[in-house]
Amino acid sequence: MDNELTVSSAAKETLPTVFGYIGIGLAYGIVGRASGLSPLMITLMSLITYGGASQFIIISMLVTHSPMISIILSAFLVNSRMILMSTTLAPYFRKESLFKNIILGGLVTDESFALGMNKINYTGRKLNFPWFNTVNLFAYIVWAIASLVGALLGNFISNPDKFGLNFALVAMFIGLLYLQLVSDKSIKFNLQLLVVGFVLVATFIGIIFIPANLLTLVITLIACAFGVVIKHAFF
Amino acid sequence: MPSSNFILLTILGSGLATWLGRIMPFVILKKFRLSAKMVEFLSFVPISIMSVLWFENLFIQHLGHLPSLNVPNLLASLPTVLSAVISKNLLVTVVVGVISLGFLRLVVGM
Repeated sequence: MDNELTVSSAAKETLPTVFGYIGIGLAYGIVGRASGLSPLMITLMSLITYGGASQFIIISMLVTHSPMISIILSAFLVNSRMILMSTTLAPYFRKESLFKNIILGGLVTDESFALGMNKINYTGRKLNFPWFNTVNLFAYIVWAIASLVGALLGNFISNPDKFGLNFALVAMFIGLLYLQLVSDKSIKFNLQLLVVGFVLVATFIGIIFIPANLLTLVITLIACAFGVVIKHAFF
Repeated sequence: MPSSNFILLTILGSGLATWLGRIMPFVILKKFRLSAKMVEFLSFVPISIMSVLWFENLFIQHLGHLPSLNVPNLLASLPTVLSAVISKNLLVTVVVGVISLGFLRLVVGM
């Protein structure tokens, strides 16, 4: 990482994170195909929805025939962390035009956010459009291509249920949850564990009377409220 | 899987919702701020939603009655969690998870 805010330095600095995109993008494509989604829809979702974990959630809710509005709301909720990242990033681009702000904001990801927050430590706390836009575009293109390749690979894996492929989605959430637990320093680790434990109990109770297609959303909202209350009471 | 139309509309809808969430702070931040309470509430979304999406797969729903355990998913979760902790790598975790359930299905016959 250097102090230059140019296209070429952005390309150089994004490269290591690209390998992460390729791996998850491939996995997403294979999972999508295994769940019965066409390669076209899989790629379109990567281009239009563009939200890592939320794309896995959309697939799992499509499989259970959830109502469209609850799928969209769930995708929005899981991506709502983007609001926080955009809120943190926006002040660095106040001098850029509104149009450029919208272009940058539309493609913000966890990785480009993290990279940007790292970069300001080398540039005297400055960011600009060419650098951040390059980081964003690089990630966007690699994500779409990896999704498509994953979807095409998924074509050769028939009857995924028999081979345990439908567990890919569950395994992905286990992995994402773990990575979130160890990397999110904004919430104390013990508090995060408490919330996860609460979710387990709430899921067991909720599944008795909440229809499957609303369960995810309802439990998430209750668990967030639980987290806020416990944080104020004990942390 | 629902119809292509349904899927496409869902993709467009969630795309629009996500895009608005991403760009709105850039557009309106100069005038307004999210309340601290809201920011705090949203900070619990990622772990909460990931947990539900895992845990609801460990049970089999019988509306109005206690759920039963999804034993294969429960057993396959153990090596999956372990591989996540050891590798800290999403792709490795997924591969181990798939192999674990595949082993239970094909070899153990669950």
